[in-house]
Amino acid sequence: MSLLIKKGRILDPASHLDKVLDIFIEDGRIKRIAKDIDLTSQEVIDASGKVVIPGLIDMHTHLREPGREDEETIESGTCAAARGGFTTICCMPNTDPAIDDPSLVEFIYKQAENKGIVEVLPIAAISKDRKGKNLSPMGRLKAAGAVAFSDDGDWIANSSLMRRALEYLKSFNLVLISHCEDGNLSGNGVVNEGYFSTITGLKGIPREAEEVALFRDLALARMSGSSLHVAHVSTARSVKLIREAKQVGVKVTAEVTPHHFTLTEKEITSFDTNTKVNPPFRGGEDIEALKEGLIDAAIDVIATDHAPHTIEEKEKDYADAPFGIIGLETALGLVIKELVEKRILSLMEAIAKLTINPARILGIDRGRIKEGVKANITIFDLGKIWLVKEEELASKSRNSPFIGWKLPGKIEWTIVGGKVVYGV
Amino acid sequence: MNFKRKDLLGIEDLSKEEILFILETTKSFREILERPIKKVPTLRGRTVVNLFFEVSTRTRMSFELAEKRLNADVLNFSATSSSLAKGETLLDTVKNILAMKVDCFVLRHPVPGTPHLLARELPVPIINAGDGAHEHPTQALLDIYTIQERKKRIEGLKVAIIGDITHSRVARSNIWGLSKLGAEVRVCGPPTLIPPLIEEMGVEIFYLPEDALREVDIVMMLRIQKERQDEGFLPSISEYIEFFSLTEDRLSLAREDVLVMHPGPVNRGVELPARIADGKRSVILDQVVNGVAVRMAVLYLLLAKR
Amino acid sequence: MAKLMDKEEIRRVLSRLSHQILEKDKEVKDLVIVGIQRRGVPLAERISGMIERMEGKKLDTGILDITLYRDDLTQIAHQPIVRNTHIPFPIDNKRVVLIDDVLYTGRTVRAAIDVLIDFGRPRKIELAVLVDRGHRELPIRADFVGKNIPTASEEMVEVKLEEVDGRDEVLLLKRG
Repeated sequence: MSLLIKKGRILDPASHLDKVLDIFIEDGRIKRIAKDIDLTSQEVIDASGKVVIPGLIDMHTHLREPGREDEETIESGTCAAARGGFTTICCMPNTDPAIDDPSLVEFIYKQAENKGIVEVLPIAAISKDRKGKNLSPMGRLKAAGAVAFSDDGDWIANSSLMRRALEYLKSFNLVLISHCEDGNLSGNGVVNEGYFSTITGLKGIPREAEEVALFRDLALARMSGSSLHVAHVSTARSVKLIREAKQVGVKVTAEVTPHHFTLTEKEITSFDTNTKVNPPFRGGEDIEALKEGLIDAAIDVIATDHAPHTIEEKEKDYADAPFGIIGLETALGLVIKELVEKRILSLMEAIAKLTINPARILGIDRGRIKEGVKANITIFDLGKIWLVKEEELASKSRNSPFIGWKLPGKIEWTIVGGKVVYGV
Repeated sequence: MNFKRKDLLGIEDLSKEEILFILETTKSFREILERPIKKVPTLRGRTVVNLFFEVSTRTRMSFELAEKRLNADVLNFSATSSSLAKGETLLDTVKNILAMKVDCFVLRHPVPGTPHLLARELPVPIINAGDGAHEHPTQALLDIYTIQERKKRIEGLKVAIIGDITHSRVARSNIWGLSKLGAEVRVCGPPTLIPPLIEEMGVEIFYLPEDALREVDIVMMLRIQKERQDEGFLPSISEYIEFFSLTEDRLSLAREDVLVMHPGPVNRGVELPARIADGKRSVILDQVVNGVAVRMAVLYLLLAKR
Repeated sequence: MAKLMDKEEIRRVLSRLSHQILEKDKEVKDLVIVGIQRRGVPLAERISGMIERMEGKKLDTGILDITLYRDDLTQIAHQPIVRNTHIPFPIDNKRVVLIDDVLYTGRTVRAAIDVLIDFGRPRKIELAVLVDRGHRELPIRADFVGKNIPTASEEMVEVKLEEVDGRDEVLLLKRG
């Protein structure tokens, strides 16, 4: 099985490569990268005028399987990933049951192998059943293939347990991903606390709910010397805390979602439940700080927090509807529209935060285009504007505030292990 | 002017002209309430559904009376969200009722934005009768009508709204309405019950009634819920009474001709003593009768057309 | 466009109507005048004033708006403006004379009678109009008519009054 990608503009952040070259793929691996490769290939893609990048990696996806297959399955979620240019996605363990046992990690791999079209790497729970009381069997979970640990959706409120989790993980050299939110401060809030929560009467979640939790986690990361990754950073002061922690040598990395750097809390005045996310959309000054964090590398990664929910659930009233929106299919478009076109990041810098950076944090051999690596490659048309249409979404769910938006950067081909899994 | 709206969802969306037009229309309906036969045939053959997902006697009765005095057929549906059949959503329920050919929904719901959800999905008028802590537009309209009836103006009046501002839709709707008509609005309460950045709505914040009441023309007392004590907003209701209730001494700081208002039902002895509630400065019962007239006007403006 | 009546003629006609109202029932003790919004209102005030000058006695004079009693509220695109109704005196057992500017289909008068009956039970309701232009759609007639003007249905009769329009005149217009 061979594939030749002709005349694409190859962008590889890890090697700073930005050149029009051909790529020859054989047996799932990149065999040669050179100008005008003259080898016979079973398949040829003419990528002239297109950008060829390492396959995108999402380190924060909710696939809902097992437990909520009405919202998403590994099959539908990986189709959405492929349509969004992602070749590797890491699924969060807040499933039913939670991924807290090696057998469940194996289940995810098995489902992904049978039904999935991109790579799925499971993130396992920190605590048993994500209850925040006892540690999950982290060593065995790693042996089964877990790539990171998180109780995503819930913060570990017990500081002692968090300390132990961070310390214990050093034996296994994996990162702990924290969803920073002090539940007492966020209470039953649904939107950012501020002027817009005041005028809408919707209950507020103060920025401090995130910052207080983050501060403790940074202190414990420093104390333990372990690697901490902060999920979906949303406030200006969080960015500052992370930046300062990095400066004094805390092993911390952080991610931001495309929706948090695109939309502000003003969106909630529509009362559309597709504006209900956790953490909530914040203010314009927070977006500015998130962008600065992306520029100076306080923020390492862009991750989607793809959170599918059925139409029925999102049709509920604002208090009752679940948090979260889908994001795999709109991520690259929003990154280009909000960061690259607005000259916040160069295309190379932006792609790094979607490829090599998450790969390094997770310690996986992915996210680069070089000879010998697995051929996970995404090809997109930078200048091509496309309309986000509800009926074209590959996800099982439709909960996106970006339906009807026009986005740049149309994905043309997604290639996993040398096989085209999405393409026109 | 033509009142072109399909729904009445909040005062925030209304222009000054629209508010004045509703108040002007209310006058004609107020007169009907003084007739021997307090009923007009205007909405003959129309059916209005009162959909109440929160306990409310006064507002529901006021709407029902307004509907009946316009000759509409009235369907009452009182429930808590949890009493909907299992798996049934609010939208389901409402679409099912709509299939029975009704013409309008009056909705009271504990969650902000619920009337907006219905308004987006349904072709018939939706009247917001209170959505969580968001808005209660007919209450603000009746309050403003009552003030205008007594003071003959709104512009330049100083109005103090005192109590649990955070959880009050009445406060929000009145702040929008009174500010649009040129009144100077103050809010007052313990800081735990004043929502963040409310000053950006154009109000001044006070933390004690002694400061808020100076030289005011109108004082609006809000109902305080006993739950606020358990939720940690207040040490106790008795402490609240001591520092935040309306007393004769505090009221004497206001203008001589001050009007005392309350959206009801009054916790007598909590927000204000019976003597003030029943006293000559109180217009609480005027608010009640004007409520029917305002709701008739709103129903007329939304329903008396094709 | 043709002018059907001028200021002077309107005055003469109103004077005659006032006399006729009086002549029909000499007892003014229980006579009340009610004008139909809008132009019936100034006409009612003028007639009431003329009778007052003749009899030396002030008549109870009211205002009535028929909007809420219209029979076409389910058919029109925008709801009409509701004007005020003001009948601050009892009408039970009274002789009520309704005043309007133009009698046409009779639907306004039907509604006005319904309004009155919600205020009480008059001994008698009569109708006085400045112009009767025909084309009745209901079995209604006027007791006192200022001027009968035969019209075609595509024509319009427009009454202008000092109090509302700044001048007194009656015009015949072509529709559209």
